[in-house]
Amino acid sequence: MISKDSVAHVAGLAKLAFSEDELQQYTAQLDEILNMVAQLETVDTTGVPVTTQSIHLENVMREDVAVNDTDVQDLLANVPTKKGTLIQVPSIIDKEDD
Amino acid sequence: MSYDNLDITKLHDQLQSGKLTAAALTAQTFADIKRIDPEIDAFLTLNEAAAKKAAAAQDDAGIEADKPFAGVPVGIKDNIVTKGLKTTAASKILNNFVPVYDATVVEKLQAAGAIIAGKLNLDEFAMGSSTENSAFKTTKNAWDHTKVPGGSSGGSAAAVASGQLPMALGTDTGGSIRQPAAFNGIVGLKPTYGRVSRWGVIAFASSLDVVGSLTHTVRDAALTLNVIAGHDKKDATTADLAVPDYTAKLGQSIQGMKIALPEEYLGEGVDPAVAEQIKQAAEQFRSLGATVETVSLPHTKYAVPAYYIIASSEASSNLQRFDGIRYGFRAKDVKNLEDVYVRSRSEGFGPEVKRRIMLGTFSLSAGFYDAYFKKAAQVRTLIAQDFDKVFEDYDFIIGPTTPTTAFKIGAKVTDPLTMYMNDILTIPVNLAGLPALSIPAGLVDGMPVGLQLIGKQFDEQTLLQAADAFETATGYQDAIPGGANE
Repeated sequence: MISKDSVAHVAGLAKLAFSEDELQQYTAQLDEILNMVAQLETVDTTGVPVTTQSIHLENVMREDVAVNDTDVQDLLANVPTKKGTLIQVPSIIDKEDD
Repeated sequence: MSYDNLDITKLHDQLQSGKLTAAALTAQTFADIKRIDPEIDAFLTLNEAAAKKAAAAQDDAGIEADKPFAGVPVGIKDNIVTKGLKTTAASKILNNFVPVYDATVVEKLQAAGAIIAGKLNLDEFAMGSSTENSAFKTTKNAWDHTKVPGGSSGGSAAAVASGQLPMALGTDTGGSIRQPAAFNGIVGLKPTYGRVSRWGVIAFASSLDVVGSLTHTVRDAALTLNVIAGHDKKDATTADLAVPDYTAKLGQSIQGMKIALPEEYLGEGVDPAVAEQIKQAAEQFRSLGATVETVSLPHTKYAVPAYYIIASSEASSNLQRFDGIRYGFRAKDVKNLEDVYVRSRSEGFGPEVKRRIMLGTFSLSAGFYDAYFKKAAQVRTLIAQDFDKVFEDYDFIIGPTTPTTAFKIGAKVTDPLTMYMNDILTIPVNLAGLPALSIPAGLVDGMPVGLQLIGKQFDEQTLLQAADAFETATGYQDAIPGGANE
């Protein structure tokens, strides 16, 4: 059984904020999903390697050649706020502390 | 006049003989979209002006005999980036995102002469099985507008099935091409992992995501794979293998082929009427000279839990990039940098995406990694080994694509677990990195049933050959919403 506190902790790691109602709902839903996942415990995986890549490619290498194929203005085209070629972000320190 | 439901080969013949120009075909395509799509809601963005310009240029350049896509309009799922054409992944967090480059698959289609008609709806970030998780609109099943088109490539499937386009690209992470193809009575091809470049595909689960096609016919699926397959220096996970001509074996006999039918694929949870269509399909293959034998894939029931841990873990990592800084939605009136991240993500992502980020972050977090992520990745190995054993003795596997035909809009969207179980027959294929096709296998209560063919890694050719033989024998693909193809 996953607790509401654990869900709140995971939300912090994931940089998500939930209202009290949402937190309750996500706790119930995650609990249900984790119960479904619990059936994996019944599988004997002693000595079974993990699969993280299904076609078994390993250490694909290439020459590190610099190419200049995207214009700086293009790279910045979707930036919400910018100054010249710099990305502008809000102050890192709380506004209340100004 | 309309070009509804004509396949790529027929369109190419007309274009090449001069009966039809690319400009006329493109103009008619947009007229068709404006007539049909208000009922279907498949498109998120139309590319009308650029498409008409490209079509005129194609007419000027001429339609070459060996370029079947030249002048043919196609659609692109909206999680595949298109230069200068808004790409949202059906998420509010990318509401205003205009890519500055093309995905490799888009570049390849354009180089082959295809005309990009527009971008198609999906479940947000391809997470879902009904396209109801789109932040923008609910796409309808082409056969029954009160039912879901499936997902996550629901817009791509519904656009093709309703006669708006001959081909649309989709992506398949756990069944997202095959399930909507089945629900809409068309052909969905999920190639082998690494057969097609993922460069420019907005990542969901990088070890599972594959780009493929939704088409009316098996031949069109082969023609599309001929264009999009191949090694890409920009995607290190693509296989450095030669690309065969995927149409080469179409029309050849399947006499003597050995087909496996897993008992688990006709078991609990599969609608008996759907199972019956699949048994009839097995008989059809026997009458074409193949043998069909029952086999077992014993770890099938663990695929859904393993998948949700693995896919969600990868998604939680991939979606960290959406932070409101460099592109995408940024929350208003934020206090500080942390607030930008948290509020932009919380306001920008929809509920299913958040659910998966939460599940994935939990599975990878300290103290839970071994019990969840590692365990799931081990079970994944066992699932792949089940397939390897069967492929020692058989050429390919058949089964239903989905346990049921399309369900009603709203029927499952509030219950994530029930929704997840839709994908029980498609997910094992992604975990093992295999190629698979869904092709029409008749109707149950007026709704299409999908037959799934699963092959050995990089053996798309055998699947396409067998599917083509089945299609030729049955003619199921000629059934279209509202009656037979004229």
